[in-house]
Amino acid sequence: MHGDMAMLLLADSRLPAGGHAHSGGAEEAVRVGAITGPEDLARFLRGRLATAGVVTAALAAAACELGADPAQERWRRLDAEADARISSPAQRDASRTQGRLLVRTTRRIWPSEALDSLAAAVPDGAHHPVALGAAAAAAGCEPRQAALAAAYTSVTAPATAAVRLLGLDPVLVHRLLADLAPALNDAAHEACVIQADDWSSLPAHAAPALDLLAEQHLRTEVRLFVS
Amino acid sequence: MSANHDDHHQAPDGHGRALRLGIGGPVGSGKTALVAALCRSLGPSMRLGVVTNDIYTTEDADFLRRAGVIDADRILAVQTGCCPHTAIRDDIAANLDAVETLEERFGPLDLVIVESGGDNLTATFSRGLADRQIFVLDVSGGDKVPRKGGPGVTAADLLVVNKTDLAPMVGADLTVMSRDAAKVRDGKPVLFTSIREDKGAHSVAEWVVGIVDAWHHQHAHTV
Ligand SMILES: Nc1nc2c(ncn2[C@@H]2O[C@H](COP(=O)(O)OP(=O)(O)OP(=O)(O)O)[C@@H](O)[C@H]2O)c(=O)[nH]1
Ligand SMILES: [Mg+2]
Repeated sequence: MHGDMAMLLLADSRLPAGGHAHSGGAEEAVRVGAITGPEDLARFLRGRLATAGVVTAALAAAACELGADPAQERWRRLDAEADARISSPAQRDASRTQGRLLVRTTRRIWPSEALDSLAAAVPDGAHHPVALGAAAAAAGCEPRQAALAAAYTSVTAPATAAVRLLGLDPVLVHRLLADLAPALNDAAHEACVIQADDWSSLPAHAAPALDLLAEQHLRTEVRLFVS
Repeated sequence: MSANHDDHHQAPDGHGRALRLGIGGPVGSGKTALVAALCRSLGPSMRLGVVTNDIYTTEDADFLRRAGVIDADRILAVQTGCCPHTAIRDDIAANLDAVETLEERFGPLDLVIVESGGDNLTATFSRGLADRQIFVLDVSGGDKVPRKGGPGVTAADLLVVNKTDLAPMVGADLTVMSRDAAKVRDGKPVLFTSIREDKGAHSVAEWVVGIVDAWHHQHAHTV
């Protein structure tokens, strides 16, 4: 099918779905001094990929699978699984906002039963990875491609934000991203191992530091990014 | 188009919805002052909504709420992640979401104004977001700005040159600005304002009434 092309479109930061306004915790990490340069950023990205990245990828893969044979009740259940895996209210909000914008955009690009039924099932905005997986299904991707796109965007968003906020050398930051290739593959692999109907066994890695950053970020007065 | 028509993911065609007016222009030129002025002048006769795009915090939205020119709930603020022009041109999803949220909550509306974050002379609104747009300059940037052109100055449906009260102090020649603007704008209108002195920006408000009326005529039959 056309899954490869669709995966590239979904992972592209130019996809007009509001992603540019989210830093994935990087803005607050910069503000509190946890990211000051390329070395810190590399560690931050690695940690994010191993935790939030894997969870996101697994949810996206599950959603992509569900998208092949969608049902509103099942979307609500998967969305609840996502909800249970995001402990910070600020991150839950940011995730739903991004999910809503992604559905809005991808429904016009790939009109489909998968996205229509998700929008009807969770009208205020499904969680971002669920929306991403549904869009991936609508676009003809397989679960593994959905997982890769999800894991990829979980690190590119904070990397781009750090370039803007700290004036880091963009080429160097892209090199950091390139170095993450094996870890990205592993994350997508881990995301697809657990499949089938038992969503309760989807990965649920916690990242308390990211949760705290997200909560502090909401309370910070001067913010450029939504999250 | 889609299975359920009553959700808020509508396509951006003009039927049965308010006119969307973008207000853009460089930092500090008076965009928020103009939004406030339009709310003052048009509020009594039109159903309005306002979306602001702040660079930091929610300064503009807060200013408008404090000014009391429009019901505070009818103002929504969008954050733009370091890139004000991206949010009005390349990736308009968050702005569209805000506009449609206002229409859903308070609709039907006659006019939704979207103020962009202050940016440079190349920042213009996507047609997917704004049906019409105003570009606001001020005289304190110097009288050479209209000559420099750029998509905002040349292509906006209305060019507003604000803070004319400051012209003598900064040595800006309004005749030069007017002549240069006319040259690059191909007959499209230019208005000079001092919102400090005319709190309702009446000349601009009159132009907006004209485009809103025209919009209603064009789209009324399907409402
Ligand atoms: N002298 C004078 N000052 C004005 C006029 N209009 C606005 N101002 C002042 O100019 C400053 C900036 O006005 P704003 O309306 O906040 O400008 P803005 O374009 O919204 O600014 P950003 O959103 O930050 O880009 C404020 O201090 C206004 O009071 C005017 O006609 N004359
Ligand atoms: Mg303003």
